[in-house]
Amino acid sequence: MTVSCRFTVNGSPVYGHFAPMRRLLDVVRAECGLTATKEGCGEGECGSCAVLLDGALVNSCLVPIAEVDGREVTTLEGLRTDDPLFAAFAASGGTQCGICTPGMIMAARALLNDCPHPDLSEIRRALSGNLCRCTGYTGIYAAIRAAAGQGGE
Amino acid sequence: MHDDDRSGAVPFKEAPLRKDGTEKVRGTARYIADVRYPGMLYGATLRTRLPGGTVVSIDFDENIAWDEYVVVTAKDIPGVNAVKMIEQDQPVLVEAQYRHAGEPVMLVAHRDPQALGTALAAIRIEERACDEGPVFTIEEALRPMTRQIVAGNVYRDYCMEKGSVARALGEPCHVFEGEYQTGAQEHLYIEPQGMIARVEEGVLTVEGSLQCPYYVHAALVSMTGLSADQVRVLQCATGGAFGGKEEYPSHIACHAALLSLKAGGRPVALIYQRAEDMAVTPKRHPSRTRVRLGADGNGRLRFIDIDFVIDGGAYLTLSPVVLSRGMIHAAGPYRCDHVRVRGRAVATSHPPFGAFRGFGAPQSIFALETAMDGLARTLGMPPEVLRARNVLVPGDLSPAGQGIEGPLDMHRVMEEALEASQYHAKVARCRQWNAQGQASRRGMGIATFYHGAGFTGNGELALRSRAGLRVSAGGLVEILTSTTEMGQGMQTTLSEIVAEALQIPYEGVCVARPDTRDVPNSGPTVASRTCMVVGRILAQAAYKLIARLRAGAALPSAYDYDEFCAACARLHASGDVATVMADYQHPVDSQWDESTFQGSPYRSFAWACYVAEVEVDTTTGEARVLDFTAVQEVGRVVHPTVAAGQIEGGVVQGIGYALFEEVHFGTDGQMANNRVTNYIIPTSADVPPIRVLFQESRAGAGPGGAAGIGELPMDGPAPAIINAINAALGTEIRHVPAMPEHILAAMDRGHL
Amino acid sequence: MSWHAPRNLDEALALLAERPGLVPFAGGTDLMVGRQTPACGRQYLSLARLTVLRGVRETASGVAIGALTTMTEIGCHPYVCRDLPALAASARATGAIAIQNRATLAGNIMNGSPAADNPPALLAYGAEVVLMSAAGSRRVPYEDFHGGYKQTVCRPGEILTEILVPVPPPGARHYFRKVGARRAQAISKVSLAALLVGRPGSWECVRFGFASVAPIPILARTLAVAITGSDRGLPDDAELAIALSRDIMPRDDIRSTADYRRRVAMNLVREALAPWTRQGGSNASA
Ligand SMILES: Cc1cc2nc3c(=O)[nH]c(=O)nc-3n(C[C@@H](O)[C@@H](O)[C@H](O)COP(=O)(O)OP(=O)(O)OC[C@H]3O[C@@H](n4cnc5c(N)ncnc54)[C@H](O)[C@@H]3O)c2cc1C
Ligand code: FES
Ligand code: FES
Repeated sequence: MTVSCRFTVNGSPVYGHFAPMRRLLDVVRAECGLTATKEGCGEGECGSCAVLLDGALVNSCLVPIAEVDGREVTTLEGLRTDDPLFAAFAASGGTQCGICTPGMIMAARALLNDCPHPDLSEIRRALSGNLCRCTGYTGIYAAIRAAAGQGGE
Repeated sequence: MHDDDRSGAVPFKEAPLRKDGTEKVRGTARYIADVRYPGMLYGATLRTRLPGGTVVSIDFDENIAWDEYVVVTAKDIPGVNAVKMIEQDQPVLVEAQYRHAGEPVMLVAHRDPQALGTALAAIRIEERACDEGPVFTIEEALRPMTRQIVAGNVYRDYCMEKGSVARALGEPCHVFEGEYQTGAQEHLYIEPQGMIARVEEGVLTVEGSLQCPYYVHAALVSMTGLSADQVRVLQCATGGAFGGKEEYPSHIACHAALLSLKAGGRPVALIYQRAEDMAVTPKRHPSRTRVRLGADGNGRLRFIDIDFVIDGGAYLTLSPVVLSRGMIHAAGPYRCDHVRVRGRAVATSHPPFGAFRGFGAPQSIFALETAMDGLARTLGMPPEVLRARNVLVPGDLSPAGQGIEGPLDMHRVMEEALEASQYHAKVARCRQWNAQGQASRRGMGIATFYHGAGFTGNGELALRSRAGLRVSAGGLVEILTSTTEMGQGMQTTLSEIVAEALQIPYEGVCVARPDTRDVPNSGPTVASRTCMVVGRILAQAAYKLIARLRAGAALPSAYDYDEFCAACARLHASGDVATVMADYQHPVDSQWDESTFQGSPYRSFAWACYVAEVEVDTTTGEARVLDFTAVQEVGRVVHPTVAAGQIEGGVVQGIGYALFEEVHFGTDGQMANNRVTNYIIPTSADVPPIRVLFQESRAGAGPGGAAGIGELPMDGPAPAIINAINAALGTEIRHVPAMPEHILAAMDRGHL
Repeated sequence: MSWHAPRNLDEALALLAERPGLVPFAGGTDLMVGRQTPACGRQYLSLARLTVLRGVRETASGVAIGALTTMTEIGCHPYVCRDLPALAASARATGAIAIQNRATLAGNIMNGSPAADNPPALLAYGAEVVLMSAAGSRRVPYEDFHGGYKQTVCRPGEILTEILVPVPPPGARHYFRKVGARRAQAISKVSLAALLVGRPGSWECVRFGFASVAPIPILARTLAVAITGSDRGLPDDAELAIALSRDIMPRDDIRSTADYRRRVAMNLVREALAPWTRQGGSNASA
C-alpha cells in the first residue's frame, strides 16, 4: 500500500506516493537526493538525522513519511547559506569527522530560533540528543556561542 | 563552576580554517552511504551464532527465487581465505570450523535492500558447538583444561626487564599491591562501517569508510590473488574511526569484493546497520593488571613489578602490538631502577578485540596511575608529591632504558596542571564539603603519563613509509599520502606543515584523495604517527620540491607565492616531473631490542598531567566530573583548534571509559547491548568544562619539534577520575567503567 | 500494511470499531523503533489530525491533558509547571529535545514500558485516564491502568483521549527524580515521583510512583500506609525498607541490577521525605 503525500522540503514542493511507514530520512536522502542528513543509529538516539518539521527539531529516522503530508521539512541544505552557524562550526572546532555536524547544526539552529542568546546550560540541554564522538562538544559550544553573538536569524 | 567553554591559552581566531571544514558543515562531504552507482546491489552477511564450533550445513528455502540473488560462500574465494593482518589466522568466510559467534559464513546481495531480509531469513546455517565450553574471561583462558583456542590460550608472552626486581624485592621498602581491570570499549564512531566494491576497467575498485587504504589493498590482493595494480582502494569521507576502522574495513572490503566479483563486477554496497557494527567489529581489549610498587620512605620508587594481560578475543589480529604498547607504557613516566613488566595477550571466544585510540596504553596506565594513588596512601603522602618525586627528568633513563632529553620539563607540566585546576585550594574545599555531611562527596584526582608517538620500536623501519607532493602549473601543491582524514584534522595539520616547509600560503596546499592508484603507501593512519612521521617525510618532500624548482625552473632563492607559482608553470612547461616523493629515514641512533623491550621504543613522547574534580552522589552512586584540566607537553602545537579538539574529544572518550561505557557480553560472547540506546556514551549534558593547555618544548621528532597527540588524551581521564572518586569516598575502586552500581557497593565496603 | 488518517475523532472511533486491530499512531517514537519487529501491528491509525486531543486545559478539579500533547508542550506549559511540577520535570526528562517534540503523553503510557518517565508522576498525582470508543467513554484511575508487563486495560476499539490530573492542595511537596545511566537521553534505572501532603513527620497523604522497579509502573501502597497516619512520627529505615520491599520487585537487566534498584529506590524515598531546603525537587536535565 502507498499513500500520497504532498509536502515541502526546503521550500520546494514534493508530491509522491510512498509506503506510509517509509522514514522521512530515506525519502530526503534517496528521493530528494539531499544527503546532508545522516543515519547514525536508525533509532532516534544519535540525532545525526535531525531535521526541522514545521520548524521543530525531529529525528527523521523516527518520522514516517505519511505523517509529513501537508508539512514543511527543512534539512541542512535548506538553511540560509549565510547562516552564521556554518562559518562558526568550521572555524571553532565544531566539526571533526563531520558525521554528526548536520544534525548538530540543525539542533543549534532550532535552539537559536527559540532563544537567540543561549547560555551554556541551555546549549547543553539543546544538544543533549545529538551524540558527537569526536569533539567532546566543547568546540561545538564555542561555535554556537560565536554564531549567537552574530545575531543569526 | 567555570562557565567559559574554552579557557585554553591559545587564540583560536588566528588559526587557518580546517581544510575539510566547509564540506563538513555544509553537508557536502561524501561518506560511503552517500555514494550510489546505477545498478548497485546491496549486500548482507550471514554469521555464526555459537561461540565456536563447526558449520555443518547450509540450507536454502526453496520458495525463494535464488537466481535473483548473488550468493557467496568460502568456495568463491579465489585467493587466500584469510584476512591479511599480522598473522593470517582469521578467515574471510568460515569454511567449517570457527572460533566465535558472529563470524561471517555467507554473503548475499540483491538490488532491493528490502528483499535482503527475506533472503537472510530463508537461509539456515546448521552449526555444531565445540566439545569444550567457550572461554570468556582472562581467568578462564589461563585455566588449565579449558578449550584451547590456541596453545595455552596465549598469543604472546613478553617480558620487559630493567635492573632486577627480584633483587629489589629483597630490600626493605614500602610495598603496595593491587589488581586492576578495564572493560571493553566500543568506538561508537557515529558513522557505521561500510564499503562499496565494483570492477571498473578491469580493476577491482573498493571505496569506503576506512583508516588504512593499504591495509585494505593488501588484504584484497591476498584474498583475490589479483596483482597489486588490479586492485584499487579509495577512502570516502570517514565519520569517525578512533582505531575502529583500522582492521575491520579489510573484512568488509573482502566481502563486498567477493559479491561484486561474483556479480560480474557490478557495484555492491555492504554497509552495516548499527547493531551489526556493534556486535561484530573489534573493541578495546579488556585487561587485567597486577601492580606491585615498592618505594622508600621518601616515596622514591624502588621497583615496579607489573603483570599485564589483555583479552585478544578469538583471533590474533593486532593484539601483539597492542600488548607491546601497553607494556611499554605500563611503568609510566617514572624513574625507577628495577622494572619488570610481563605482558600476555590471551585467546578467548569473543570476537577479536582491536585497535582503539591509545592501543593498550590506556589500560596499563589506568592500572599504574590508580596504583600510584594506592602507594601514596600507603606512604601517607599526597599523590601529587609522590608523582613529583618520581617523574622522569632530562638525564634519566625511562623504564625501557631510553635516555630522556631536554628541554622537556615534566615538573612544569605538573605545576601548570595543579595551578590551572586550583588543585590545592580545591582539595581543601572538597575536604570541607565532605565534612558537612551533604548528599554528595567531592574529590580531586590526578594522573601523570606520557604517550609515545609512531610505531613501536623498529615498526617504522619496517613500514618504510613514503609520501609526496605534486604541483600543478598554477602552483597548487597537492599532498600525496595514504594517511587518511577521519576527523582528527590531518588534512589541516599536514597542509600547514607543507606550506611552512615550502614557505607558501596554507591556501596553496591541499590533500589528494587517498587512492592507492594515486598516492604512495605512507603507512597506516594510526599510533599518533601522522604529524610526526608523515609530516616529517612531507617536509623532506617539500625541500626536494624546492630543490627541483630551483634547479629546473629557476625558482629564486628568496621567493613569494607568485614567484613560486611562476616556477611551477615553468616546471610544467619544461615537461619535468611535477611530483616528488620522500621516504622515511630511520634515525641511526635509534635502537630497540624486541626480546628485552629495551632501547628506544618511540622517538617522541607527549607528556601530560590531567586533573579531575569529581562529585559522587551518595544517594545514587552517580559520579559526575565537575571540572577537568588537561595540560600536555606536545613538542609543538601545529594547529591550535585541531590540537585542542583532539584533546577535548579524547578526554570525553576517557570520561566515558571511566564512568559510562560498559560492554555487556551475551552468552554467545558477542556484545549484548549493541544498540546506541544501551551503550552509553557521554552527551553534552555529561561533559564538564575542559581546560586544555599546551606546553611546547619543540623537542619532538616531527616538523618544528612536534610530537603526536592523537592518542594521549585517552590515557589520563580514567585514572584521574577514579583517583578522584576514591579520594572523595575513601574507597579502593580498581576497575573501569566504575558504574553507579559499583560505586554504591564500594561505598558500603568503605563504610561511608 | 495499511495506513488510515481519519480527519476527526468520530471518524477515528468509527474506523476503530470496524477494525479493532488498528494500531494508533501518535508521535511514533516507540512505534518507529519497533517497526521491524514482526509482533508490531502492520495497520496503523494515525491520530495526527485529531487536534482536539492536543493541548492542556484547566478543569474544575484539575488539569486535563490531551492524549496527543507532546512532552515539549507539557514540560513548559504554565499550568503543568505551576500545579504539577513533578510531571513537568518528568516530561523534560523524557529523551531529548527531538524526542520531546514528537513523543506524546498517551504514547508514553500506552507503550506500557515499566521504565517510562511520566507514569510515576501520574501515579503520584492520582491521575485518571479517559478511554473512548465508538460506544462511549470511560474513566479509569491510572493506578489501575497497567495489568501486567506491557499490558493495559485499554480494550480493542478504544483509544486514550485525555489524562485528568487533580491539582494537589497548596503547600504539598512535589518530588521527581530520574536516575538514568547519564544526565540526558537515558532510560531510567529507577525513578520516583512523590506527592506529600501534610507536614514532615505527620504526613496526611503520601503517594510514591516508581518506574523501573517492577514489570509495570508502581504506586507504592504499602509504603504509603507505613508513612501516613502514624502519630509516632516517621518509621525507621528498616521499617521503610520492609514496606518498600512489598511494593517493588526489581530485576537485573542490561541497564542495572535488582540490588541497585532496590537500594536507590529506598534512598530516593528517604530523599523525598527528608527535610527540604527547596520545594519541587527534580534533577530533570534542565
Ligand atoms: C531515542 C529515544 C529516547 C527515549 N527516551 C525516553 C525516556 O527518556 N523516557 C521515556 O519515558 N521514554 C523515552 N522514549 C520513549 C518515548 O519517546 C515514548 O514512550 C513516547 O512517549 C511514546 O509516545 P509516542 O507519541 O511517540 O507514541 P507512539 O510511538 O506513537 O505509540 C506508542 C504506543 O502507544 C499507542 N498509542 C499512542 N497513542 C495512543 C492513544 N491515544 N490511544 C491508544 N494508544 C495509543 C501506540 O499504538 C503504541 O502502541 C524514548 C524513545 C526514543 C526513540
Ligand atoms: S539516525 Fe536518527 S537519531 Fe540516529
Ligand atoms: S564530529 Fe565526529 S561525531 Fe561529531
